[in-house]
Amino acid sequence: MIAVENISKSFDGRQVLHDISVEFLNGRTNLIIGQSGSGKTVLLNSIVGLHQPDSGHIYYDGRDITVMSKKERTMLRREIGMLFQGSALFDSMTLLENVMFPLDMFSDKSYKERKARAMLCIDRVNLLGSEYKHPAELSGGMQKRAAIARAIAMEPRYLFCDEPNSGLDPKTSLVIDKLISEITHENNITTIVNTHDMNSVIGIGENILFINNGAAAWQGNSKEVLTSNNKMLNDFVFASEFSKQLRQDILANIH
Amino acid sequence: MIRKMLQSLGEYLLLMARTFQRPERMRMFLKQYYKEMMALGINSVGIVLLISLFIGAVICIQIKLNIQSAWMPSWVSGYTTREIMMLEFSSAIMCLILAGKVGSNIASEIGTMRITQQIDALDIMGVNSASYLILPKVAALVSFIPILVTFSVAAGIVGAYCTAYLANIITPADLTLGLQHSFTPWYFWMGVIKSLFFAFIIASVSSYYGYNVKGGSIEVGKASTSAVVSCSVLILFSDIFLTQLLS
Repeated sequence: MIAVENISKSFDGRQVLHDISVEFLNGRTNLIIGQSGSGKTVLLNSIVGLHQPDSGHIYYDGRDITVMSKKERTMLRREIGMLFQGSALFDSMTLLENVMFPLDMFSDKSYKERKARAMLCIDRVNLLGSEYKHPAELSGGMQKRAAIARAIAMEPRYLFCDEPNSGLDPKTSLVIDKLISEITHENNITTIVNTHDMNSVIGIGENILFINNGAAAWQGNSKEVLTSNNKMLNDFVFASEFSKQLRQDILANIH
Repeated sequence: MIRKMLQSLGEYLLLMARTFQRPERMRMFLKQYYKEMMALGINSVGIVLLISLFIGAVICIQIKLNIQSAWMPSWVSGYTTREIMMLEFSSAIMCLILAGKVGSNIASEIGTMRITQQIDALDIMGVNSASYLILPKVAALVSFIPILVTFSVAAGIVGAYCTAYLANIITPADLTLGLQHSFTPWYFWMGVIKSLFFAFIIASVSSYYGYNVKGGSIEVGKASTSAVVSCSVLILFSDIFLTQLLS
């Protein structure tokens, strides 16, 4: 479990996060949603330690990352897997080398064992047959799946995904969402997904935090999103006329 | 402006402090070191040989046609060619050329890694990204530069011989006499020592510019240009001090 307590962060005098407190549960797909510029990426970066918050604490199963020494933080990061918005695969390496990289860096296993683990991860994301291709030879969806394979190679306890569906078509987005959700449940890890894809919110959101202007504005699950009376949340999630009508129809069926 | 320069110096020193740390995995360091040796060293051999060959030939022709006269000994052209190649061209001028080729390559490679979040990915994994990316580049270039200096001096002399054998501008005997006249081995080592400093400047300063890129592809281009300009200026300034110190 990751517990965020009273986190605030400002850049050049402009406050981006206002006193956010939230718990991200173990074995669940936790989502952070909000408009562009609402502060969700800053929150995610603060949680993973890329930004040092101005105040507040972030606990990884009781371990406070904000007061950790550099060495302790480095050790903690080995328990973290991260999927970046642009995949962030290493251009000069093949898919297999990318997935093997964290194992090569931190694992004491033999080459044969490391390769077997990497192949298992590549198989898990259905990319067998592409292991000797470079990132430039892979499609956007394949790159995202490759990045997931690299993120889970070290069997992380915490998985972070920054806008995993950006730039992907709806069908591929569903594949990525399903993969993230399955991996979370299979390995019982704490997953935090930063997204503004409404299909993800409804599809895999087990614990959703809605951020508005840097403050926590709502928290619940995907079913509660449909029935919530929070105007800011509804304006964001059901922004189009079509989705507003869809929500009305669903609510009418529920009642 | 002074404040900005001091800030940049501080950032550079902090980056170097992170860079010069024990690699997390020696096998990964050696793998990167070998890769960088190929990319920065071996791949530069061709351009170094080509430029040195022609510059050696041109120096020999210029000295023979414009400096040498009846009251000068016949070995002056060969002697001057050797001294220029060993003392300045093969170290300082060649490193200025390498600053353009290798420096821009390093800055744009690391800069692109920065803007595509590859460096963030390394940091998140718990890898010391500065040490993983920059240390092998510095080590590879510094350890390969003596070979490039040697090749450059040799190619310059071959170029000079081309003017003797192919263009008949100077006799091979006069050239050989000049090349052997008052040979001081220290001059060669001076060039090698200077080039070690220049190689460090090229690899570390270019890495600094690449590592601190913020923005997109335009900023990567600017960082690449800044890296080449800064490396060139630093090489020229340090050349004065090193020449004074080692002479």
